[in-house]
Amino acid sequence: MTAAGLVDDPSSAGTGRGGTSAAPLLSTAALTVRFGGLAALNGVDFEVRRGEIRAVIGPNGAGKSTFFNCLTGVIRPTAGRIVFNGEDITGLPPNRISQKGIARSYQITNILPNATTLENVRIAAQSRRHAWSMLRHHADFRDLMDRSEAVLASVGLVDKAHELAANLSHGEQRNLEIGIALATEPTLLCLDEPTAGMSAAETHDTMELVRRIAEDLTILIVEHDMHVVMELAHRITVLHYGEMLAEGTPAEIQENPRVQEVYLKT
Amino acid sequence: MSPPLTPLDPLIVLEDVHAFYGKSHVLHGVSLTVGPGEVVGLLGRNGVGKSTTLKAIMGLVPASRGRVLFGGRPITGLPAHRVARLGIAYVPEDRRIFRLLTVMENLRTGLDRQGVDEAKRKRLIDKVLEYFPVLGERRNQAGGTLSGGEQQMLAIARAMMLEPKIVLLDEPTEGLMPRMVSQIGTIIEVLHREGVAILLVEQNVPLTLASSRRVYFMEKGTVRHHAAAADLEVGDAVIHQYLGV
Repeated sequence: MTAAGLVDDPSSAGTGRGGTSAAPLLSTAALTVRFGGLAALNGVDFEVRRGEIRAVIGPNGAGKSTFFNCLTGVIRPTAGRIVFNGEDITGLPPNRISQKGIARSYQITNILPNATTLENVRIAAQSRRHAWSMLRHHADFRDLMDRSEAVLASVGLVDKAHELAANLSHGEQRNLEIGIALATEPTLLCLDEPTAGMSAAETHDTMELVRRIAEDLTILIVEHDMHVVMELAHRITVLHYGEMLAEGTPAEIQENPRVQEVYLKT
Repeated sequence: MSPPLTPLDPLIVLEDVHAFYGKSHVLHGVSLTVGPGEVVGLLGRNGVGKSTTLKAIMGLVPASRGRVLFGGRPITGLPAHRVARLGIAYVPEDRRIFRLLTVMENLRTGLDRQGVDEAKRKRLIDKVLEYFPVLGERRNQAGGTLSGGEQQMLAIARAMMLEPKIVLLDEPTEGLMPRMVSQIGTIIEVLHREGVAILLVEQNVPLTLASSRRVYFMEKGTVRHHAAAADLEVGDAVIHQYLGV
């Protein structure tokens, strides 16, 4: 995997801030978001272990997007706590959370269309660096380029490096978006419907891509395509009306009668 | 299970309809029919293209390939207001009630068109108030102050002002309390008795099976399965496959 070194090595987790590898990478305690009288999230206790691919599913209005928005600092929780890597990140703004190592790809493609594929990734990689070091050392720039190229390789876009992002296909743009997220050197990558609007072949390729990058990363994924969820996720969390309805392996979730009831509205 | 009979003289036909949002390929060739006065369900999970199918019929999303026929006549590419005038009413998921207008004012927006004289206005309004007495009780109340279920009722009643041949209903039960869900079932029955065809986009399986004659299942922007509603039960494997987890 070419993106080696982009992220925390799970085996070294014990040496970093946040204690032993047995501690979850991310946890929320009683996480609550109210919009007026409506509790979009209501007391969610959630934990993800390092190296996991975790899917978050639930019918419309379950609170999946609100949950992602909380984790990435877009929404400030009304109550509760978010702990990432042993550190309380509750209420931090998105840029600070990104620097802590949580990256996100969006449901709606979020790229710079008039920059090249490589430039898109490089700009994201730069956000991780100190501005002064960029001015001082040409070597740092070289390093940045190497890193950006490694990211492009990991998302399969090396041969499109100098293509304008606007000219990429939809599937390539979505994968570029994952590359942009990877370039910020995250420990946790949140993917919001990564296969939406893709053909069956593109969906297959993106699943392979997610599997590949998951070797070095922890991944949270919101997805409606159940084939994708069941194939990719180690564990699944089901939200319903802002509360945690169930959690378990794909097999456990598929056998959970309450989950089926919620999906079929019986 | 034999394939269900499709109408010989369909009101609406979609033939291999493709649609994009930007570069995102959302409809990958949708084909379906709705007969005159027929209630047809369109089931599938979030994001499979159900709502986009309704928008493609209305001309709110251009079909990049394929055709939409209404009464045998191609309407692909017609702007939405022309499609509506032909007798296709659309009730979007967010209902689009005029929140600051009263219930009556909301209804009247559907009556400001050619060929509707005072007597006809009265007749149309009296009819929906008879069907939906709650709207009569709330006639002078601002639309935005109605409950979710009442707003849905108002949106459907307003669509009825157009005397449509078909109503495209997008997830009418979304966000409603269980008690209101059965009320939506009653409203669908009312429309059906009036001879109005319905294309019902839903994720509520029991309601859809109870209300529809035929059901299409969508996945990944295309119709994957088609069955007579009477041949289906909530617990069937096919339902689990397209809607369950």
